[in-house]
Amino acid sequence: MTTKHLELEQVGIDFPTPKGPFTALQDVNLKMSKGEFVSLIGHSGCGKSTVLNIIAGLHQATTGGVILDGAEVRTPGPERAVVFQNHSLLPWLSVYKNVELAVKSTMRGKSKAEMRDWILHNLELVHMTHALDKLPSEISGGMKQRVGIARALAMEPKVLLMDEPFGALDALTRAHLQDSLMEIHADLGNTVIMITHDVDEAVLLSDRIVMMNNGPAATIGEILDIDLPRPRDRLALADNPQYNHYRHEVLTFLYEKQKKVETVSSHVKSESKKHKTEASSEKKDSNNSDAA
Amino acid sequence: MSKMTTILRIPSATPSSNPVLSRIVQSTPALLLPIIGLLLFLAIWNGVAKSIDTSLGQFPGPAQVLEQAGALVDEHAAQREKADAFYERQETRNAARVAQDPSYVPKIREFTGAPTFFDQIWTSLYTVMVGFFIASVVAVPVGILCGLSKSAYTAINPLIQLFKPVSPLAWLPLVTMVVSALYVSDEPAFSKSFVTSAFTVSLCCLWPTLINTAVGVSNIDKDLLNVSKVLRLTPFAHLTKIVLPSSIPMIFTGLRLSLGIGWMVLIAAEMLAQNPGLGKFVWDEFQNGSSESLARIMVAVLTIGAIGFVLDRLMLSIQRAVSWDKSSVLR
Repeated sequence: MTTKHLELEQVGIDFPTPKGPFTALQDVNLKMSKGEFVSLIGHSGCGKSTVLNIIAGLHQATTGGVILDGAEVRTPGPERAVVFQNHSLLPWLSVYKNVELAVKSTMRGKSKAEMRDWILHNLELVHMTHALDKLPSEISGGMKQRVGIARALAMEPKVLLMDEPFGALDALTRAHLQDSLMEIHADLGNTVIMITHDVDEAVLLSDRIVMMNNGPAATIGEILDIDLPRPRDRLALADNPQYNHYRHEVLTFLYEKQKKVETVSSHVKSESKKHKTEASSEKKDSNNSDAA
Repeated sequence: MSKMTTILRIPSATPSSNPVLSRIVQSTPALLLPIIGLLLFLAIWNGVAKSIDTSLGQFPGPAQVLEQAGALVDEHAAQREKADAFYERQETRNAARVAQDPSYVPKIREFTGAPTFFDQIWTSLYTVMVGFFIASVVAVPVGILCGLSKSAYTAINPLIQLFKPVSPLAWLPLVTMVVSALYVSDEPAFSKSFVTSAFTVSLCCLWPTLINTAVGVSNIDKDLLNVSKVLRLTPFAHLTKIVLPSSIPMIFTGLRLSLGIGWMVLIAAEMLAQNPGLGKFVWDEFQNGSSESLARIMVAVLTIGAIGFVLDRLMLSIQRAVSWDKSSVLR
């Protein structure tokens, strides 16, 4: 981890509110090397998605910045492909055409045959070549997410950004997709940043787990190196003491150090409500700032 | 309504061994209920009509209206025969003159008989379509612009709100004068009354399409917009791949509303502009004031309603054809 590939330098973001700017993130610093798999974990509303959106260029940092391969990025681009939580496939395009749209807009100047091969190759990676002409509404949630990943991979991104990609899937489908993702990561060696709520998922997939403090003014709390040999096998790891130790660390961070206040006493409850409204206002603001 | 359907379905739920019969029985409420409604309406109409005496005689009941509908069809046929006879006479006359004098260039004159009810229906349809087309060509792009750009919307919205509630009757005198002033030609391709009516229809058709298009475009799923940003789609690709497909349902909702309004507006416009369509038919019958006039107007009313309904269904089927979401229920 010596080469600097992707750097987050003192990243902070303020969202304007009627009561003045609301600081959602502050002093986020992270250096990643090529091919690294990093998970962001934290309670809802802590700004994980905001971090990802800043790296994607969909939000602009108020302070600090994101540097990819020595150049600052502030606008979205295909070298930082995003896999969205709810797949975000265009519902009026077939599986093939959805990937084709990404290929056409990122690989201009290639021949038709080359493009077709590339589209099929990426759909092959996620095992979706059997449903080329299906519309997104005709395939299952897991399949949609596979196509979403194929679309992102087809852009040949330097960094693959995944916003809770498996959050909306059932446990079995999720496990399948995690295995697929591990295979793909082993094959292609993309740099991956993934947001997750799932501790097992984070430990299983990541080289490092970035644990975030609760907002407002959220920042990175702890970073945990996951030193487990690859390829990893979920069954073998289930009894692995090292694996369980990592899980324990993350759980301790989430449920002791950064306990989300939702306990019995009424005073604390009103506190937590405040927290929630702030979190939701943060989301609203992010919408506004994009619309403007 | 749904309650009634279930109640009526209960007897039809008895299992039947004959598949054809059971299908007929199953679809009975769907067929039966509208017929019951129609018969009730006719009965009430008939009863009420008898007790209304106007200066033009008794208000027409269903029987008189049916009779006049038949009369209108007969008049149409008679007029067609006259026209055919006229053209035949003209042809023989011209042939005779050419035989006498080979240098003679025959004059072909149009038949100038009064337009029949069906000619007037056709004129009305043509007029409304032209007006609706002009309005759509303007409203859809402007609506897309308003949906895409908040500043454009803020700039145009007050104008929309100001002109949307204006009645066609208020526009008509202005449109008439403007058309008279600007549409000057020795051999006009369209009559002034036609241009005036079509343009008035356009003015009233603009707004629903414009507003619905703007709402549809501004409500595109944010994730899809993000996809477009990440892919760095060109503005044209963004428009054709993301914006248009996702706002097609709303655009068509607007177009259907517009066409409905346009059809209503047209009748009023034709009455005042004297465009030879259904509106003029109603007006002329009203001025004519014979004992059959009210029944003939009632025929026109029912025709207007039926055509409006057919136009709406037509738009609905186009909407179904172009909409990507075949599972959505359109009604």
